[in-house]
Amino acid sequence: MWEYTDKVKDLFLNPKNVGEIENPDAVGEVGSITCGDALKLMLKIDRETGKIQDAKFQTFGCASAIASSSALTELIKGKTLDEARKITNQEIADYLGGLPDEKMHCSVMGQEALEAAIARYKGEQVVAETHEKIVCKCFNVSEEKIRRVAMENHLTTVEEITNFTKAGGGCGGCVPDIEAILKDLWAVKEVPKPKEPKKLTNLQKIALIQDVLEREIRPKLQADGGDLELLDIEGSKVVIGLRAMCVSCPMGGVTVQGIEAKLKELVSEDIVVESR
Amino acid sequence: MKPIYLDNNATSSVAPEVRDAMLPFLGEFYGNPSSMHLFGGQLHRQVEDARAQVAAIIGADPSEIIFTSCGSESDNTALMSAVETFPAKKHVITTRVEHPAVLNFAKHLGRKGYRISYIPVDSQGRFDMDAFMKSLDDNVAIVSVMHANNETGVVFPIAEIAAILKERGILFHTDAVQTVGKIPINVKELPVDMLSLSGHKLHAPKGIGALYVRKGTRFYPYLIGGHQEHGRRAGTENVPSIIALGKACEIAGKNISTEIQYVSRLRDKLEKALLEKCPDARINGDTINRLPNTTNISFEYVEGEAILLRIDKHGICASSGSACTSGALEPSHVLRAMGVPFTAIHGSVRFSLSRYNTEAEIDKVIEIVPPIIRELRELSPFGRDKLQACRAPRSTE
Repeated sequence: MWEYTDKVKDLFLNPKNVGEIENPDAVGEVGSITCGDALKLMLKIDRETGKIQDAKFQTFGCASAIASSSALTELIKGKTLDEARKITNQEIADYLGGLPDEKMHCSVMGQEALEAAIARYKGEQVVAETHEKIVCKCFNVSEEKIRRVAMENHLTTVEEITNFTKAGGGCGGCVPDIEAILKDLWAVKEVPKPKEPKKLTNLQKIALIQDVLEREIRPKLQADGGDLELLDIEGSKVVIGLRAMCVSCPMGGVTVQGIEAKLKELVSEDIVVESR
Repeated sequence: MKPIYLDNNATSSVAPEVRDAMLPFLGEFYGNPSSMHLFGGQLHRQVEDARAQVAAIIGADPSEIIFTSCGSESDNTALMSAVETFPAKKHVITTRVEHPAVLNFAKHLGRKGYRISYIPVDSQGRFDMDAFMKSLDDNVAIVSVMHANNETGVVFPIAEIAAILKERGILFHTDAVQTVGKIPINVKELPVDMLSLSGHKLHAPKGIGALYVRKGTRFYPYLIGGHQEHGRRAGTENVPSIIALGKACEIAGKNISTEIQYVSRLRDKLEKALLEKCPDARINGDTINRLPNTTNISFEYVEGEAILLRIDKHGICASSGSACTSGALEPSHVLRAMGVPFTAIHGSVRFSLSRYNTEAEIDKVIEIVPPIIRELRELSPFGRDKLQACRAPRSTE
C-alpha cells in the first residue's frame, strides 16, 4: 500500500476543480489511457491581464494522479501565465506534502499539462507535437523529456527517471538508452572543472580546510554519534582529534583516511591528516 | 469498522479453531521435535498427525508431504529439484500466467542457459493445449502449470496435462496454492509428481506451506542442513504453524462441498449485480472452469487503484491488476497474457471471497461500489469515442 499524505488522500477523495470549462481559452492534454494515467486541463484566461481566472481538470488515473491534478489547479488559479509557467513538478508535489518516489510522475504529468495548455494558448509549437526521438516506447517518453525532467529534479539513476517519467518501467528495453542519456547529461555538467591546482595562500588553505571539515565531514560524523576537532595545521599537515563516538570506534583509522581523501580532493593533493 | 474482506486470494483470516489449536505450541509446548527428551520429542507425534491431516486433503500418503515456509518455497523447491536431478535436461515448460514464485524462477533458469517455454492462454485465460503439445520434447526437465490462476480464478486442465506427461515420463509440478481447500483435489487420481500448497490461503497463518512429492519421484532438497523432514528440508520444524496447517486442512476438507456452494452463490450474486449496475464492465476469465470464490471485473475508463482506495474508505478490501497498485508500472501479466485491452486492465478489480463472508456484506458491496465507479468516471476524460485513439503499447513477452 502506498503511503499517501493526508493532503493527497483529501484531494483524492474530495478533489477540487473537477469538470469542464465551457469554451476554454486553453486546453492541455497529456498521457493516455493505455499508459494508465491521463489529464485534461482546461483554463479560462483574462486576455487583458493574462491571469488564469479558472482552471478545471479531468483525470484518469490513480489517487496521486487525481490529487496532483487538483493541486495543480489550486496552485495556478489567480496567477498570470508567466507566473504559472514557472511552477515545477516539485512544487506540485510539495503542495501535496510529498508523493511516494514511484508516484512522482503524477506531478510531472500536471506540470506538462500546464505547459501544453499555455504553449497552445500562446500559439507556440507544443513540444509533444514536434518529431521527438522516443526513448521509451512502452510509455511514449522522449529523450527531451527525460533530459528536462532529469535536469529539473537532479535525477541521476534510471530508477529515478522511471519514478518521474515512467520511462524504463515497461519492458525495460530502453534502460541502456536512459543510462547513456544520464551519462551524457551529467558528464557535460561535471566536465567544466579542470581545476588547475591553484596555489592557495596559507590563509586561504586554512580557511578552506576549516570549511570542508565543517560542511562535509563533521555532519556525517555527527550523524553516527561521532565528531572531530581541528587541532592544528602545519603546512600541509592537518592535525585533528576524534571526539565522541569516534574515540572508541574501531573504524577510526578508516575515518581518518576518508577525511584525508576528502581534503585531498577539495583542498590540495598534498594534504596529510594525522589524528591525536 | 469491521472490514469487508474480499481479498482472500491474497491472504485469509486465521480460523478461530486453527488459532486455538496452535496456541499451546506457542506456550507450554515449545520443545524441539528432534530432541531425545520427552518434552521435545513428544511433539514429533503432533507434527506427524498434522502431516496426515495435510496429506488427507489431497489424498496423499503422509510420507509424501514436506513442510516448507510458504508457497513460494514449495514452488522454488520443486523446480530446483527437477533441475538438480535431471541435469542433462535443459528445457523447462511453464505458462505465461504463473505466480511470480514460478515465473521468476523460470526466468532465473533462463538466464542460466535453460530454454523456457511459456505456454500462452486465450482471451478467457484458458490454457493453450495445442501450444503445450508442440512445446514438448525429450529435453524437458519439468513442466510446471498452476492449478488455478490467482487473479482470474481460471482452473487449468491439470488432469489432462498430467496424463499426457505421465505417458511421456516427464516430471510435472502444479502450484495448487489457490485451489487446496477451495476445490477437491485427489492425487490418487491426478498423476502430478509435485504439488505446492500454502497455509495462509486456507485460513492457517502465514509462513507455512507444504510440497507434495509423489513416492518414487527423484528429489533434491532446496534447503540443505539438518535431517528434518527426512533430509528433504532442513530447519527446525515450525511446530505451531504445522499444527495450524493440519487443523486448517482438516476443517477445509470436511466442509469443502458446502463451502463451494455457499461461497459461489455469494460470488455469483455480487458479480451479477455489479455487471447489471455498472455499464461498461466485463468479467475477465473463463466463468465455467473457475474457482468458486473469485471474480475479476474490469470497469472501463477508471483506474483500479482509485477504485480500491475509494472502496477502502468503506472498509471493502479487494485488489487490482492495475499498474498503479503494483510496485511496477506495468499492469497485470495475467490480464496482458489474455490480451485484455489496456483500457480494461487498468480498471480491473478482483474480489475473492471466503466462507467468512456474509450475505449482508455482499449486499453492502453491491450498494457501495456502483456509485464509486460512476463518480470516478465523471472525473475521467475518457469516454467511448476516446478509446479508438488509444495505441496498445508493445508487449513484453
